Amino acid sequence: MRFVFKTSYDADIQLFKHRAQAVWYGLLLLLVLATPLYFAAIGDAYLLGEITGVLILAIAGMGLMLLTGHTGLPSLGHATFMALGCYLNINFLGAGVPWLIAFPLSGLIAGALGTMIALPVLRLHGVYLALATLAMSMLTSDFVVMAEPWTGGIAGAAVPDINIFGVEVNRYSTPYKFYYLVLFVAILLVWFYRNLLRTPTGRSFTAVRDSEISARAMGINLTRTKAMSFFLSATAAGLAGALFGHSAGYVTNETFDLVMSITLLLMIVIGGLGFIHGAFFGAIVVGIIPVAIANGRSFLATTFDVNINVPGLESALFAFILICFILFEPMGLYGRWLKIRTYFELFPFYRKDMFKRQKSYLKTDRVQ
Amino acid sequence: MDFLQLIISGLANGCVYGLIALGFVLIYKATEAVNFAQGDFMMLGAFVCIGFTNHEYMGLDFWVAVPLSILVMGVFGYLFNWGILRHMFGQSQTSIVILTIAMGFIIRFFAGFFWSHEPTSLETPFAGQDIRSGGLVLGIDEVMIVVVTAILTLLFYLFFSRSRIGLAMQAASQNQLAAYYMGIPVKRIHSLVWGLSGMVAAVAGILFASKGAIDPSTGLLGIKAFAAAAIGGFGSLPGALLGGLIIGLVEPLASRYGPPGVSQIAPYAILLLILIFRPGGIFSQTQRKKV
Repeated sequence: MRFVFKTSYDADIQLFKHRAQAVWYGLLLLLVLATPLYFAAIGDAYLLGEITGVLILAIAGMGLMLLTGHTGLPSLGHATFMALGCYLNINFLGAGVPWLIAFPLSGLIAGALGTMIALPVLRLHGVYLALATLAMSMLTSDFVVMAEPWTGGIAGAAVPDINIFGVEVNRYSTPYKFYYLVLFVAILLVWFYRNLLRTPTGRSFTAVRDSEISARAMGINLTRTKAMSFFLSATAAGLAGALFGHSAGYVTNETFDLVMSITLLLMIVIGGLGFIHGAFFGAIVVGIIPVAIANGRSFLATTFDVNINVPGLESALFAFILICFILFEPMGLYGRWLKIRTYFELFPFYRKDMFKRQKSYLKTDRVQ
Repeated sequence: MDFLQLIISGLANGCVYGLIALGFVLIYKATEAVNFAQGDFMMLGAFVCIGFTNHEYMGLDFWVAVPLSILVMGVFGYLFNWGILRHMFGQSQTSIVILTIAMGFIIRFFAGFFWSHEPTSLETPFAGQDIRSGGLVLGIDEVMIVVVTAILTLLFYLFFSRSRIGLAMQAASQNQLAAYYMGIPVKRIHSLVWGLSGMVAAVAGILFASKGAIDPSTGLLGIKAFAAAAIGGFGSLPGALLGGLIIGLVEPLASRYGPPGVSQIAPYAILLLILIFRPGGIFSQTQRKKV
């Protein structure tokens, strides 16, 4: 058990609680930096591509985590912002804008557009936001088809390669460079996210999540705070969408559908709502499940000669896992890890209800 | 004539949306939870009835199958609340939203697994029969939808404003703790409401499947019903119906007279407009509490 004696107010908001934590995160950084070396040694970059995909999902997940996990606003339409970011990026690159400008710009514009769409709804209660974003998600495909000159419509659009000062980055021909690029963006965003949570803005997000009425009483402008959170969240999703486009190489009107939005939501719930780690844990799970299902299916087919080929099984299984998590581990994987760690740290004084949430009785939102 | 015909089929469609929205608003009004699986409940209700009625499944008489499937769906709704949602009591609405969406996926999977992924329609005794008056051709199914919806809405309106249970449901929604103090069995009331809304979903599903074909992904229609509920004002039963009718009417008219692609977008565009200019919906139920 480690006791951290806080001798100044700054100790409360330091990036790392104590030195050991900094060391562990440094080791993790080394590990992710060294991962490509292993794949270069075995000469097979397929798995590295999958890991890159997980990182991209985690970036989008961080965006949604800020909105849902830290501000308490559910969004069922983050795939739409990914689509916005992706298509903006394609069009900027097509117009000859260098990637280093096109990429952040497409994220920011996606964020601004998203905020404009959501602004009228942000003033209402969370359910309305869920509804409006759900409607948005349903319409994405239609809009992509309607905006054919820019999006390629049903036929789809090819995503140009990344070019940074003459260095070509492509998912297939230079998987290592692409991995490092995505990793760099992910780390940059984590750093930004972590710092954001230490600022008054970030704290006001959490205040809004925990009690809107108390937050208002503390002088927080609800609409502005929510809009800010939505903007940052949609920007991250837009950036993830642009990277997703580069990773997929080709996007159509069906790439960013409702299932993708729901997968993002599932990801952060499984990972742990309200923790940055949750976005990464969730992305790993979402990355692993399809592989596991495919493996399980071929295992059953080869050993027991049972062929399971039921359409919709994947999403049903996803949904089932999601329900189990919400019912039995609402804090997600990261919460489970926290509990295990606390158990060992406090051994033998861990109590079962240490992480129990206070029971709250619901009141109507019709009186806001 | 053409215009009138469009209006009538739009009305019938709108009634189905309205009924789904009704089930949705029932739950919202009484438990403050939002059931994003309501469309899938509707689809499940239709498939249960198809399973009882159609000759390739059980082949029961239509008039036996209908109450039976309504009952089954009522029990399903009750059990869903009792088995799953009750454990979420007092947790944030976001998790309930996510949970019901996940439930929708599972229902869709099982409907496809047990029945079929192909569009199936219900074998009704009145299929294909028309009422002709003047140059107007009215399908009995369409008339039936309108009549049943009107009756149901009236019943629910009376139920909520007059009966003791209805009032208890409203009380449980507005302040759970205070409702407990008044001796209202909040948990059981919640389960009852879910059962009730399962029944409404079954009625909507049966009406929908008797008018046209239904397949597991029809449940996504529920999203239009949510739009309907929001247009009418969340928590208002007549509002839900009105919202459903508006959407039902706008869709065929937009696809007939508007440019292509507009009819899919129109319901959501109306939703956004309403949310901007009259955020609480047409029959607004929202009051602001000053801090």
